[in-house]
Amino acid sequence: MRDVSVTIDRGSFFTLLGPSGSGKTTTLMMVAGFAYPTQGEVFVDGKPVGGLPPQKRELGMVFQSYAVFPHLTVFDNIAFPLQIRRARRAEIRQRVGEALELVRLQGYDRRLPRQLSGGEQQRVALARALVFRPRVLLMDEPLGALDKKLRAHMQLELKHIQRHLHVTVIYVTHDQEEALTMSDRVAVMQRGRIEQVGTPAELYEAPATRFVADFLGESNFVDGVVVGAPTAGRWLVRAAGGLEFRGVGAVPLQAGQPVTAAVRPEKLVPVDDAAGASRVGAVNTCKGTVEEAIYVGDATRYRVALGADGAMTVKVPNRLGLRQHAEGESVALAWAPDETRIFPRGDA
Amino acid sequence: MSAADAPVVVVDASLAPERREARRYLALLLPAVLVLLALFVYPLLGIADRSVYKPRVGYTLDYYAQIWRVPVYLTVIWRTFQTSALVTLLCLALGYPLAYLLATLRPRVARLLMIVVILPFFTSIIVRTYAWMVLLGSHGVVNQYLTWLGLTVAPLPLLYNKGGVLIGMTYVLLPYMVLTVYSVMRGIEPAFIRAAHSLGASRWQAFRKVFLPLSLPGIAGGTLLVFILSLGFFITPALMGGPSDVMIAMLIEREVEFTLNWSFASALAVILLALTLIGFVGYNRIVRLERIFEARG
Repeated sequence: MRDVSVTIDRGSFFTLLGPSGSGKTTTLMMVAGFAYPTQGEVFVDGKPVGGLPPQKRELGMVFQSYAVFPHLTVFDNIAFPLQIRRARRAEIRQRVGEALELVRLQGYDRRLPRQLSGGEQQRVALARALVFRPRVLLMDEPLGALDKKLRAHMQLELKHIQRHLHVTVIYVTHDQEEALTMSDRVAVMQRGRIEQVGTPAELYEAPATRFVADFLGESNFVDGVVVGAPTAGRWLVRAAGGLEFRGVGAVPLQAGQPVTAAVRPEKLVPVDDAAGASRVGAVNTCKGTVEEAIYVGDATRYRVALGADGAMTVKVPNRLGLRQHAEGESVALAWAPDETRIFPRGDA
Repeated sequence: MSAADAPVVVVDASLAPERREARRYLALLLPAVLVLLALFVYPLLGIADRSVYKPRVGYTLDYYAQIWRVPVYLTVIWRTFQTSALVTLLCLALGYPLAYLLATLRPRVARLLMIVVILPFFTSIIVRTYAWMVLLGSHGVVNQYLTWLGLTVAPLPLLYNKGGVLIGMTYVLLPYMVLTVYSVMRGIEPAFIRAAHSLGASRWQAFRKVFLPLSLPGIAGGTLLVFILSLGFFITPALMGGPSDVMIAMLIEREVEFTLNWSFASALAVILLALTLIGFVGYNRIVRLERIFEARG
């Protein structure tokens, strides 16, 4: 782990996103107090908490395995942090009631965890972590064990609860879709480092590294070399196969530098001719043959062979007025320089 | 429908394969069942039969009446239960912390410690009991140290009394307690303890309110196991106890070896078996409870 410095706004939803082994859970555990950094400090509300054990940090935590105490009823599980804090009985009853209402589990208070479904246990874990009004709520892949539909539902509900309570959330996930859906800001991590921090839109539209462009969503990558100086901030890149196009540098570039360019599949537009290209406001064009067309419901995905320049994946929404292309058909592709990100090569 | 339209994949969810499976398990069980029937159940029935049959008189409950009438037998049975309960408590007091260590230490250290716990199983119980007699005797290692340190003037009576029996039995039965408790503790997810800490619980509170209740099935299982094993103990109390520490198993042995009253010995054996069975039913109940607990927790 190195260079993990980040500031999280009060009341915001912050996500640590990365593949397994990227250090996101370790980072969360350091905040929680279950792991200790060899260097550096964790601040909560401007005060260092690095020297405090987990029980003194006043941070709520939801674990991947829920960790709902199996020997206690739902009520006693949620009352646990309040009993530890020696709250009065009437207050406990009132606050547990509120927490149950918040996660919509009214009437479940006498049940034991083994009588609950995974989603319900998850809600108990959430209510338990929120009932003592922690300064920050930490969540370690809390929805990982739920099925897809329930997961999408819980994502929205979590987001709703977070906005309603105005609680600061630090969320860990490897699911990029989940991160984009729920977060105000996301830190993409890889090999113990933060690659980029930004809003979901910033990360998706303007990835800072090739890794981010690859991990978040989908990208076509084309290797090439920078040709000449930029015009109006757009660099000209010549690919190995002869294709030339313009794009935005993720970092300052130099003429002759080997680079990789990234374009998202939905930014590529099939056009009939150059006039069509200028009509959609795109300057970059190339010609190819449709190798494969796959209907995926909301869109059709094409694999377009570009000859010496490889192939591009193109995603076209299935909308009235947009023509379907058959396999084997010749097609021209157009895209905008502003939607082309250029990274120095060797920057994996 | 032409041949080309015939389905390629057919899913047939009949129960037949499962039933065949069940039959195969039964076949595998059969040898063990036969051996048990011939060498265990049959002799046991013989003992039960003998306990209610008096030569030249016929079937009678005289032997059971005798056990009930003569105070010595009831005293011994009562003492057997008392000693077993004490041994069980001692095993729990010593075994629970040890099991906790085993379950929470780093795996490498824990494995080493586990070997130490299991090691005694590799030597004969008689050898180990004699070893204790060497240690605890009035000129034994323990007494020599105590005198040398000036803690006692005369050697302490550590052998041939209740204390000796308790020490010896606790030593022999401790691993059973440790292993039973340990297996339950190992099943307690570390996330539960972390969750307790994150909710504000101190180390003691996390142990008291989460770990201890979750380890209860282990305590229940371990105590019953040790208790039941204690009830039938023979060698250790025979070698390390005094005349007033006689337990029911020793009584049975005396009837068989010296009085040659096999029928009376059988009656005593049946009573011991009945009492043990009562204990075992309770044990089984708790083990089953534990299984539910682990499967769903």
